[in-house]
This record gives sequence, C-alpha cells and structure tokens, in this order.
Amino acid sequence: MVLTVIERNGDGTPTAESAEVLAAARDLAEQLGVPVAAVAVGDAGDLPDDLAKRGVAQLHLLQHALLADGSPSCTGEALSQLVAAQRPAAVLAPGTDRSTEAMAWAAAELGVPLATACTEIRPGIRPGEPWEVTRERSGGILLEDAVLDAPIRLATVRPGAPVPSETAAAHEVTVHVLVPDLDASVPRARLVDRRPRAAGMTLTTAPVVVAGGRGVGGADGDAVLEELAGLVGGAVGCSRVATNNGWRPHADQVGLTGTRISPDLYVACGISGATQHWVGCMNARSILAVNTDPEAPMVTRATWAVIGDVHEVLPAVIAELRRRSGR
Amino acid sequence: MDVLVCVKRVPAVGSEILLTADATAIDTRHLGFTIGPHEECAVEEAVRIAERTGGSAGVLTVGPPEADEQLRYAMSMGADHAVRVDDPVADPDPETTAAAITAALRGLPPDVVLFGEASADAGHAQVGFRVACALRRPVVGGVKGIGLDGDRVTLRCDAPDGVEVHEAPLPAVAAVLEGLNLPRYPTIKGRLRAKKATVRVIAPDLSTGRLRTLRLRHRPEARAETVVLGRGAAAAPAVVDVLADLGMVR
Repeated sequence: MVLTVIERNGDGTPTAESAEVLAAARDLAEQLGVPVAAVAVGDAGDLPDDLAKRGVAQLHLLQHALLADGSPSCTGEALSQLVAAQRPAAVLAPGTDRSTEAMAWAAAELGVPLATACTEIRPGIRPGEPWEVTRERSGGILLEDAVLDAPIRLATVRPGAPVPSETAAAHEVTVHVLVPDLDASVPRARLVDRRPRAAGMTLTTAPVVVAGGRGVGGADGDAVLEELAGLVGGAVGCSRVATNNGWRPHADQVGLTGTRISPDLYVACGISGATQHWVGCMNARSILAVNTDPEAPMVTRATWAVIGDVHEVLPAVIAELRRRSGR
Repeated sequence: MDVLVCVKRVPAVGSEILLTADATAIDTRHLGFTIGPHEECAVEEAVRIAERTGGSAGVLTVGPPEADEQLRYAMSMGADHAVRVDDPVADPDPETTAAAITAALRGLPPDVVLFGEASADAGHAQVGFRVACALRRPVVGGVKGIGLDGDRVTLRCDAPDGVEVHEAPLPAVAAVLEGLNLPRYPTIKGRLRAKKATVRVIAPDLSTGRLRTLRLRHRPEARAETVVLGRGAAAAPAVVDVLADLGMVR
C-alpha cells in the first residue's frame, strides 16, 4: 500500500496540501498496483466519506491524549508504529513544516531515509529496485534527482502539486484505530499557549506586494513604499539587506529564509535579485522592477522594469496615481 | 547554561548558480562559503544565552577540514569552542549527518542543542528531529523565540494561524528560524581570537545514508523578455497604465 499522511482543518476535513498528497499517492499506487491508505489523528468524523471519493481504501486513525496538540515528535512516533505494523511500500506526507518534522522523527525511529520537498516520485521498474525522486533544493531554485534506496520509502510532497478534478469511484473505506504506545517517561515539549494572529492583510494574502531593498537606502526611505502599497491595496515587504540593517522587521522579509509569496504583482524597489530573495518572489504572477542597474537579475527577470532611483520613480508614480484617481 | 549550535558550510551563491560539469554539485570554484541565515541566528542566540547565564556556547559541524572556516566564523561571533566531525563529503546525506552529530553529542552534554530549520543548500529539514529522536530529547521546530526558566525552556513558534508557545524540560533540542534575533557582526578582537582557537576534530565510524544525489538541475524558467517602461520619473504614466490594466487603480 501507499500510506498517505492527512493533515486536517479545524472542521476535520483534509487540508488542501493533504488533497495534493492524496492525488500523488493515487498516481503512485496505480503504478505499483497497490491500494491507497490514509492515516490521520483523531476521530473519523466525515473523513471516511471524503476519502472514499479520493480513492482511499483504508483509513488508520491514531488516537492518544499526547497527540491532541499536534506534537510532531509524538505524531512521528505513532506513525512509525503504524508503518512498522503495516509495512507500506511508501509513506507520503504534505511538505508542511509540521508533517516534515513528524516524518523526520518517524524516519529516525524506523532507521530509513526521508526525501523532503519532492516534486516527483518514480518507483523502481522491478520490485526491490531503488526508487528515484526529484526534490527541491535551495528553496526550489535547483532541482535534485536522487536515489531513495529503502524497503519503505518516506517522502514529503512539495505543496502545489496538481489535484485531478475527477473523483474515484466511491467504495467502502475500512477504518482502523491504532492507539500508539507512547512512552510517558520520554521528556517531551508541550504546547502551553496558542494565540491567533491578528486579522488583516499579510505578505502571503496581499494581491500586491511593494518591497524595498538596498536601493531604498534606509528605514527613512520606506515612506514611499508604504504610500504606494496603500494606494494599490497592497502590503510592504523587503529583502534580507533591509532586515539585516534593521530597516524593517524580519516578518516583512521576502525570500528563502523569510516569506515565500505569490501575489498578482510584485514591485521590487532597489532589489538586485540574489537567489536568496528570488526564490521568495519567483511565484509572483508578474514583477515590476525599479532599479538603477539595467543588468540587475531582478530587472532581467521582471515582467516590466523602470530604470531609475526608487526615490525619483516612486514619488512620480504616486503623484500620477493620485492624479488619475482624484485622491 | 551550555548551548551547542550545529552549522553547515554552504556555498555563498549570488544571483546565478553554476553547476559542476557532472552536475552533481554547485560549482564553487569562484564562490565563498558561509553558514545559512537560520544558523547565524542560532549562533547569536547561543552566545547571548551563554553571556546571560555564564555558560558556554559551542559550535559543531560535520564536514571536511575546510569547514573549520565556518566554525571559526561562529567563534568570531562569540562561540567559545568548536567541534568538527570529520567527513570528507562536503554535502553529506541527512541520515549520515544526524548519525555523526548524535555520536558527537553522546560525549558532550549541552543543555540546549540548536539547529537551523533547514540548511541553505540541500534543505532536507530533518537533521534536528533525527538527532532529538536518537537522543530521546524534546524538540520543537520553527522556533522564533527562546526563553529560559530554571530547568525548562519556552519556545515560541509561528504557526499557520498564529503564534504557539511550547515548553520543554532540559536538555532540549530546537530548530530555529531567521528573525529569532539580529546577529552581530564579528569584532576584530573576535576574529583574532577565533583565528587562534583550536577546533576539536572527532572521527566516528560513519556509514552512508540511502538518499543519494544523482544530479542537480536548474528549474525550467519560462519568462518573456522584460518590458522596460522607461527611465526615472518619466516612466510614471507607463507604470500607472500597467497598474490600471491589472485593476489596481482605484
């Protein structure tokens, strides 16, 4: 079987990332001629009906008080016990932080390799042959083809895989409950507080992100970015240069070690476009670069570019916007 | 309080990455090396904790002798001792790296072991959790705030829908993210001290893991030529035309 790790929304349904993994698992199971199974934490709820439409034959539910707060190490330990008992050909999980952590723990318990951030999984042609995966490196700027040589193949799937629209022929999903044996004497981290984020536009939800880098010149230079973002209904971001100099908080950083965004329009102001930054904005639908250097990588990769100083170009754009919208 | 940070020597890539002729690695002939931003913050945090509590801040890497350069950089930031687990492979697989670190840690009993969330090059994002599992220690990933309270540590993380605070008994393991702090620049004095410091080298028996790189490839990029809208302030009307086409002029 191909075992699929399901993350659940607050209402118990599979998350969007889990739906993507289920699609990948179905594809892989078809190639192998084996059934698709799923594993989730908690009660069944409507999950069996939902999973039946996605081609799942078996649902394993992990139930234990220590699993309630989503601890990746407890989930990983429970998962390793299920995998050791079921011996699936492969275990696929969403490439989210939490599932990657749980899979890492499970892989360590089982003594097997784990391929993270996979975009493709190719089983060996004959049984027992090593599999191959393609995974993302350096935030996705590079792809790596790798051999995954293990009796049970553990992999996490990079979010964004296509989900087929057609549903599988509905059939009965058998439900199995596993109460894992989690050693109470092992020291564990415990969730003690959870605070919801204040509502409002964030870098990941904004349709437009106006971001500044070295060319903005300092914290005082940000007023034009804020003003332009306000006029077009966007959020303000920045490059690592800006956060390292203390011009803006790290929460505003777009990049490999900051936030990865996919707005309709990314306005890159005075940002040269080093790899570390590029992987954070390369999924934008369109990019407008404002830069004094016409050869800057951000300029040559942008949809549109204006060659010039941020502090000349942006005030003129703001004035023109105000003139046209009468504000 | 004794803190140990695990770091990795990675190529300092600019805007374009070149691959070796056999495409199994990044061509580093014209590149410098560094540690990733997450790890730089981990070193800074370890140094701050050691300063505050009168403990030690160690740094550890798995790699060839060249990786001493990164250990010395961490020491120039204030780390007070360094260990290198000798491995001729510059970019070992995550199973091997975790086994090497686990072996090294059995002889070192730090209260807190810090990792970066993922290395800046391979990004396997699993070594910290593998080590915690092998040592049966509590572990939290995605950490953006660390607080110490007697024999416990509190770890603040960004969750998809808000902020979570975890508490763990010591000794504990954490994988941290950039933004945890603003790392300092090494001082001249720090650099001189680090140059003269000793790196302890250990060489445990290591077997190779079963995830092996075959080749690296560039992601196919399909972008049309850039349309230059103009120069300086004179480009403003053309920029606003673009914004209007996108429905962003209100």
